[in-house]
Amino acid sequence: MPRNGLFIEYEYCTGCHSCEVACKQEHNFSDGMVGIRVDEVVTVGPDKVHIDFIPFTTRFCDLCAVKTEGGEQPACVKHCQAMCMAYGPISELTKAMEAKPRSIILAPR
Amino acid sequence: MAKSDEKVILTTLWSAGCGSHGGCGAEIYVKDGKVVRVEGDRNHPHNYGRLCPKGLAISQYMYHPDRVTHPLKRVGERGEGKWERITWDEAFDTIEAKLKDIRNKHGAESVIFCQGTGRDIGGPITFLMYAYGSPNWVQVGLAGHACYTPRLGAMFATQGSYSVVDASQFLEKRYDDPEWVVPKYIILWAQNPIPGCHDGFFGHWIIDCMRRGSKLIVIDPRSTWFSCRADVHLQLRPGTDGAIALGMLNVIINEGLYDKEFVEKWTYGFDELKERVQEYPPDKVSEITWVPAELIIQAARLYATNKPSSIQWGEPVDAMPAGSVVAQAINHLWAITGNIDNPGGNVIATRSHGVTTYPFSTAELTELYGEELVKNLNEKRIGANDYPMIKNFRGWVQPDVLIEQMETGKPYPVKAAWIQTSNIIGGQAADPKRHYEAMKKLDFIVVVDLFQNPTSMALADIFLPATTICEKESFRSWWQPLCVSQKAVDEVDECKSDWDINLELAKRLTTNPIKYNNARELFEERLKTGNTSFDKLASKGGWEYPPAGPFRPYNRHERGLLRGDGQPGFDTPTGKVEFYSKRYEEWGLDPLPYYEEPAESPVSTPDVYREYPLILTTGRRSPVFFHAEHRMIPWLRELDPDPEFEIHPDTARDLNVSNGEWVYIESKRGRVKFKAKVTATAHPKVITAPHGWWLPETDGRAPNFFSTWDHNINVLTSMGNQSKSGFGGTNYRASLCRITKIKD
Repeated sequence: MPRNGLFIEYEYCTGCHSCEVACKQEHNFSDGMVGIRVDEVVTVGPDKVHIDFIPFTTRFCDLCAVKTEGGEQPACVKHCQAMCMAYGPISELTKAMEAKPRSIILAPR
Repeated sequence: MAKSDEKVILTTLWSAGCGSHGGCGAEIYVKDGKVVRVEGDRNHPHNYGRLCPKGLAISQYMYHPDRVTHPLKRVGERGEGKWERITWDEAFDTIEAKLKDIRNKHGAESVIFCQGTGRDIGGPITFLMYAYGSPNWVQVGLAGHACYTPRLGAMFATQGSYSVVDASQFLEKRYDDPEWVVPKYIILWAQNPIPGCHDGFFGHWIIDCMRRGSKLIVIDPRSTWFSCRADVHLQLRPGTDGAIALGMLNVIINEGLYDKEFVEKWTYGFDELKERVQEYPPDKVSEITWVPAELIIQAARLYATNKPSSIQWGEPVDAMPAGSVVAQAINHLWAITGNIDNPGGNVIATRSHGVTTYPFSTAELTELYGEELVKNLNEKRIGANDYPMIKNFRGWVQPDVLIEQMETGKPYPVKAAWIQTSNIIGGQAADPKRHYEAMKKLDFIVVVDLFQNPTSMALADIFLPATTICEKESFRSWWQPLCVSQKAVDEVDECKSDWDINLELAKRLTTNPIKYNNARELFEERLKTGNTSFDKLASKGGWEYPPAGPFRPYNRHERGLLRGDGQPGFDTPTGKVEFYSKRYEEWGLDPLPYYEEPAESPVSTPDVYREYPLILTTGRRSPVFFHAEHRMIPWLRELDPDPEFEIHPDTARDLNVSNGEWVYIESKRGRVKFKAKVTATAHPKVITAPHGWWLPETDGRAPNFFSTWDHNINVLTSMGNQSKSGFGGTNYRASLCRITKIKD
């Protein structure tokens, strides 16, 4: 079985929080518990201020086992408003990463 | 994917629940008669499966323990928080008797019908109001009526129709449609589209366009996710957007960068505009706005020489000192470059199939309710006689005039209020204390809502519990496709849909018979004008694009599809896009755009500036809340727990304010308590604060009202700053303040 993960093109992550609430809903997590968190990163360049958002999977991420076994996308991937997340075998995600700057692969499991 | 014991209903979200302006297709998962999940509908062309946090949290909203699920009547004094459960029969009987009595004694116009932000409520509330015979449809406290209507009015005057960014939303195949062209540049003017679906525009369509090649020009006082990805960021002083627009017109005209063929053939008043913009050379505009002249020139050149390009604008345009004038100037920018109803430009937006839910024009009101009724009622509409543009465009009360009338009783007293899905005290109103004082003196107030909030606690005599979008049927034609909302589950306890509540009361209060037995019959009659039906739409997944004709893009001015007489051209007095506006002239306004300085600013009130040396801009949006809603929803509140204002690190250091510290924001008008977010995204001279903050977890009774006076930023804003047109002119976006430490 190949290991699956999440590919995130964070260049386009807008910090909209949909992945976090989708995750909370899918797993009915209680307060403070969630499978993915988005952090804001502000950096000050010579000519402008930059804002990036970085999603990070927590130890509670199960890559939406119930959803993906049924052939669906994880809840975060499905609802990502910027459409900057993908789910699949890590070996394939690394190929996508070759072509995309400012991206990460997360392998929570 | 539905589990074996679940069923899925496809619907369209707008109205309570997500709360937003909406349009998203959603899958409602139902088990044992309850909504268990709300997900995006991947086949819906509005959102393709995506959904915002507010949509994803609908089930928590629906089944929240604090939701009001039975009609209530107040049994103590206003504000005491003593309520008694009553039946719907008692509620309707009481309201009927009271409102009939008030109409007999004081006339129907003495009752105001109050709504909040633009959602499907605009349909049922106008229906009830006109049945009762009142002309007074109002967003109470919305200073200068600063929410889209000033922009709509400016577009109506200038080009006779409304335009939006062409993100392919009027084409069924969306980005794959060969007719669509990617905008080369998108100007994001006074809007951060990420948090929502402002004016029915799904914010992330901008990201879809960026992925397909659109570049950005951002006009915003703070740095945003978009500004750091933009070719040009005009980081202007709040309130000076009108000067930027005139400066860009100056460059485009004087450098000859405009679309000469379009201007020659389709516009009126170019010479007058050319003369006017000579007053706004880039150097002078730079001085007004704090933006370097070379950036203004660069933005103007990039926009004008890359066709098609498109302008997305936000509510701050309405809130400018002369909102309808700033909107006019921005409209001129897309017109003078020929970016009007062209693929990838500012496409003309029409209601789908010509169907109306929420009337967006005088023409739609007239279609629904008849010319005579609309005309007669206008005679007494509050503010209509003071402002010809208010009188001749849509059917709203002017809110700054209303507050004075509530206080003085002149020219006639306001006796009662029907407040439906509007948190006036805790969100919408500038100077909420003034509104509280005025409204608590009214004889009778009904609040229709889903939760108790500062307004219902402070004012309601009767509370009627409304439903979320999952518990009712509705339909949406703002703008396209035409959509229906299906009822996924029965109403929670005794809640009723706004349409059902208003139809029942309209039947009891009307002076003319109402032919509809139920809300569905009304929907069917309106959908029939678009040659379709509720069931047909529902069976197709809840949506349908209009057939070829006036409701489909592009270049409708060339094809004779914009004017009533079928001739080519625009639906204006001259048949052209009017740089020199005949309608503004008729309404006693300057026919050409000009710049007006904010009423309170470093320039206009230097004495105040010495004491209050920071510019305050309010209304910063949160991705997890819609206006004053959702603070009680755990999944959402966890992500944005406190009222936070943004302040630059240098400014914070000078004031000895730390990140996360609670401080007072003070103005001449009062003070509120906010938490500092120290961030380099802020302009050093500007702080930004969100609106609509109240704490549902605190005491709702007087005088606390869920801590609204402590955290409602509108305590610092005021009424009475309206512009000459009555549309626009507020200090929501530009006023003066200072920060003080909290000393215990």
